[in-house]
Amino acid sequence: MNKIIKIAKLIYEYTKYGEEGDVVGKTRAIDDVSLEIEKGDFVAILGHNGSGKSTLAKHLNAIFLPTEGTVWLGEMDTKDTDHIWDIRQRAGMVFQNPDNQIIANVVEEDVAFGPENLGVPSMEIWERVEKSLKAVGMTAYRRQSPNKLSGGQKQRVAIAGVVAMKPDCIIMDEPTAMLDPHGRAEVIETVEELNRTEGITVVLITHYMEEVIHANRVIVMDDGKLVMDGTPREIFSQVEKLKSYRLDVPQMTELAYELKKEGLPLRDGILTVQELVDELCQYV
Amino acid sequence: MIRDITLGQYYPIGSPIHRLDPRTKLAGTLIFIIALFVAKGLWAYIIATIFLGAVIRVSKVPLSYMVRGLKSIVILLLFSVVFNIFFIRDGVVLVQIGFITITAGGLIQAAYMAVRLIYLIIGSTLMTLTTTPNDLTDGLEKSLGFMKKIHVPVHEIAMMMSIALRFIPILIEETDKIMKAQMARGADFESGNLIQKAKAMVPLLVPLFISAFRRASDLAMAMEARCYHGGDGRTKMKPLRYQKNDKIAYGILLFFLVLMILLRLVG
Repeated sequence: MNKIIKIAKLIYEYTKYGEEGDVVGKTRAIDDVSLEIEKGDFVAILGHNGSGKSTLAKHLNAIFLPTEGTVWLGEMDTKDTDHIWDIRQRAGMVFQNPDNQIIANVVEEDVAFGPENLGVPSMEIWERVEKSLKAVGMTAYRRQSPNKLSGGQKQRVAIAGVVAMKPDCIIMDEPTAMLDPHGRAEVIETVEELNRTEGITVVLITHYMEEVIHANRVIVMDDGKLVMDGTPREIFSQVEKLKSYRLDVPQMTELAYELKKEGLPLRDGILTVQELVDELCQYV
Repeated sequence: MIRDITLGQYYPIGSPIHRLDPRTKLAGTLIFIIALFVAKGLWAYIIATIFLGAVIRVSKVPLSYMVRGLKSIVILLLFSVVFNIFFIRDGVVLVQIGFITITAGGLIQAAYMAVRLIYLIIGSTLMTLTTTPNDLTDGLEKSLGFMKKIHVPVHEIAMMMSIALRFIPILIEETDKIMKAQMARGADFESGNLIQKAKAMVPLLVPLFISAFRRASDLAMAMEARCYHGGDGRTKMKPLRYQKNDKIAYGILLFFLVLMILLRLVG
């Protein structure tokens, strides 16, 4: 078995301070989570606001360190400060706000930022930038200013910036939350493509259900705990349970669920329009 | 669109001057300024004029762009000319009314001073017109690298400059958004005297600062996630390298400087 990420009994607490800097209390953002992610997987983590999904993501590349428990990336413990740059090179991260993660004034220089920090020789940086921009389909914009790009394009540049570091794993922390539907589709397609062709492990944090359908594993978090884990079909068969965690289901799943409640004998876990059409046609 | 604004005053056109290494242009400006202060006598100024004229010609930047830069120093220029005329007493007395004496030497000195200041401004404007702010930052970082030895954080300063350049348009856009949002709720930024206008800006600055800090914190996290750990061990995608043209430019500059020094010694 080839596990890229191993999380054992992870607990993360942060301290709340009052107006005068006095300690008011402690909040447990992550409560005893254990999890293993296989190499090459496309894992989606779902959860309502404040469920701890972003906090969990930031543990994977040592931005946050566990209060208790351990996170391993490959063989490296994220608490081991000697390996911190190796860990961040192997687990790249894309953030929510496209504007606040682009550093340089020219697209290609921003993509080069990661490799420059790693001390990659200039010639190789050029090759990596070339390849990464091609992988996300942004080669035509390489000499432009990032300020002139759309949100979806900026996120693709950010993804290219991570890809140029040659990571084993990309962690996406709600990369589509600030984008319009078109930009969202653009970003998700890019990530799926990278997962499929380059074999990069993807951990996608999101609260858009439509983006989860193509993952091969879905994890649901609520109140700092891991509450559901399975394939999209398994997860979305349990519509009521999802609703109890204040989560929606994909539109088609919802429709199928409502039809079933009205008495149509449909199977559980319908995800796409095509599946629902096929299912319905059997009864015509 | 507000995001299209160009910062600094870069004039985008391809010319041999534009393509020079930013370090060459920085050094060139410095040498030109030194030469101007060394210059003495009519011939020196003629040569300086020819030199500057030739560089402007090669740079393909219209002269009007450089003249614009002079507007800011008109007052300074007038002051120095007036002072030179009235206070230098040298040579034939031309006018004498009461305590005011104007001499030929004073007039000549005033003229030289004016020309010197104008050339100085044109020379440095030419550099900013032909170099992008990014290149300028890169050039400064590399040519001031020696200051690291006395613990001046050169790399960090350069990084801050280039990040500032990237975020200025974003923050301008944000200011615009906040202003509109507040105007929609009845805020008035236009009327009133200066103090009232300044007061109206306070509710604008507070949200702007908060957002700038939030952006800074996000950006810092994004940079660390991409392995940024200062300038040590960092490579460059586009390292600055002197080309053949840079060597030629240095040659011309040195020749120019030597000529100016010789003219001073002779004259």
